[in-house]
Amino acid sequence: MNRWPDKGRLVAVGLIGLVFMFGAPQVLQLFTVINLTTAIALAVLALSLGLVWGFGGILCFGQTTFFGLGAYAYAVAAQNFGDTTGAVIVAILVAAAAAAILGYFMFWGRISDVYLGVITLTVTLILFNLIRRTSGPEYKIGTALLGGFNGTSAPPLQVPWSGAMLFPTQMFYVAMGALLIAYFGCIWLTRTHFGRVCVAIRENETRAELIGYDTRLYKLGLFSIGGGLAGLAGILMANGIGRVTPDLFGLPYAAQAIIWVIVGGRGTLIGPVLGAFGIFYLTSWLGTQQTVNANMVLGLVLIGFVLLLPKGVVPWVMERVARPRRSAKAGRARVRAGRRAMQPAE
Amino acid sequence: MARQRRETVLETQDLTMRFGGVVANERVDFQLDKGELRCLIGPNGAGKSTFFKCLTGQLKPTEGTVTINGVDTTGADPHQVAELGVGIKTQVPNVFDALSVEENIWLASRRFHPDKKAAALTAETVERVRLGDIRRRQVGALAHGQRQWVELAMVVAAEPWLVLLDEPAAGMTDEETEFTAGLIRAINETATLIVVEHDMNFIRAIAQKVTVFHRGAILIEGTMDEVSADPTVRDVYLGHKH
Repeated sequence: MNRWPDKGRLVAVGLIGLVFMFGAPQVLQLFTVINLTTAIALAVLALSLGLVWGFGGILCFGQTTFFGLGAYAYAVAAQNFGDTTGAVIVAILVAAAAAAILGYFMFWGRISDVYLGVITLTVTLILFNLIRRTSGPEYKIGTALLGGFNGTSAPPLQVPWSGAMLFPTQMFYVAMGALLIAYFGCIWLTRTHFGRVCVAIRENETRAELIGYDTRLYKLGLFSIGGGLAGLAGILMANGIGRVTPDLFGLPYAAQAIIWVIVGGRGTLIGPVLGAFGIFYLTSWLGTQQTVNANMVLGLVLIGFVLLLPKGVVPWVMERVARPRRSAKAGRARVRAGRRAMQPAE
Repeated sequence: MARQRRETVLETQDLTMRFGGVVANERVDFQLDKGELRCLIGPNGAGKSTFFKCLTGQLKPTEGTVTINGVDTTGADPHQVAELGVGIKTQVPNVFDALSVEENIWLASRRFHPDKKAAALTAETVERVRLGDIRRRQVGALAHGQRQWVELAMVVAAEPWLVLLDEPAAGMTDEETEFTAGLIRAINETATLIVVEHDMNFIRAIAQKVTVFHRGAILIEGTMDEVSADPTVRDVYLGHKH
């Protein structure tokens, strides 16, 4: 069985990604490049939800839990260590571990889909409110003050072992590189035995169990990887805006993550990434004008997609691109079968 | 080494399953010997399917024990039962709808076999169950009989030594049923089977020994002829049909 039938398409995505990565800073203004870094961070968050929800069927309404924890862990660790390489590792591990702990209780408790969404959303909102109330000087981890509503500063990434800070343009390269690596890592993961079992569980958990897979373990594995990836998104976000604030845990980001995946296309990985970029620019553009409320437009976009394009943009486009070609192939096969039928039987 | 001639590979003792006040199974003692092809029959609500679900770990019995190959599996999860080398087919086809026929079978085979062997077994099973023409189709788009076969193929591809099938011929045409009966006899060459069925013609085609369930308990066990001759069986079950 060929597990890479879309090799050409993947190479094209990789090339476009690389051209964008090295080309954008040459042609765009610095302000736009810095803005793009934030959009990339959100795209990684979208990718993590696209993996967990789209390929594992785990509707995590609070993917921002791990996004925010990653960002805070990075900021706190970087302030304490004075070095950011270790902070990056700590942040990803903290986010993945949080997902593993939360996932353990949900999957071993056999929580059903809808409640899983409710629980994850509640967790992120609890963290939002908790961290908002840490404004006093007594709330500090090591030397890092949590800063309550105002958050705390996130030291910019440094070149490993040299301590030199990255410039915003270099930060863009790092973010875009991370997105590409994460994207292709996710593609690879979904085609391993592990990834295929996760898809099988999404399709029919009972059957997956009956053929001998401990579905809880697979879901936990996928959820933890998704958590770590959201943590990475948090690190990039912290770098993009230079601060971490409780907003990272808030409902707007949590809900938008779901919207990115729905708009882009659940069950694909490129869809959520494009969805995140698209919605990011839609909201930024809406923010520059005064006539309509940005959130109202977002809500309309979501309703429109759920009603008209429930599968999302990418699957919709792929169906339209792939269908004529496939029917042509089937036509040829039919002609061949017809010819064979005309030959005398043995 | 000459072992005991009859080797019990599956056994239940005092198996009782209650749903609130409803007793679905009451004190069922059941033995299955190695190499058997056993049919479980009985009228609707006789407790066959509940009994089947207790064997496969889909239900946890209220009382009593289930032993498979000497291992106590009472209250075990389905994946733990499957890990013992047990292949399970449920009543309503449980398949991975969005995946291809091949992928469905491969997933079942790969669980217990390394990559290359799983691929070979998948190809072999596709031939054996005559799914070659539709192997790349999405299972969700297939007809009911084909979905049943995909599920059977998933069971076969894992090479289990014990196979538990709940209504494998349900909703099939006569022709399809005949092919399924042949498949089941072929599976029986290498594995022990329990088949829960409704369709009497199908049971006649495959049955060696039959266990009749009635009101949650075993009414009688024996060959098809012995069972059909029993007046109570005629009354509660066959009588309505013939």
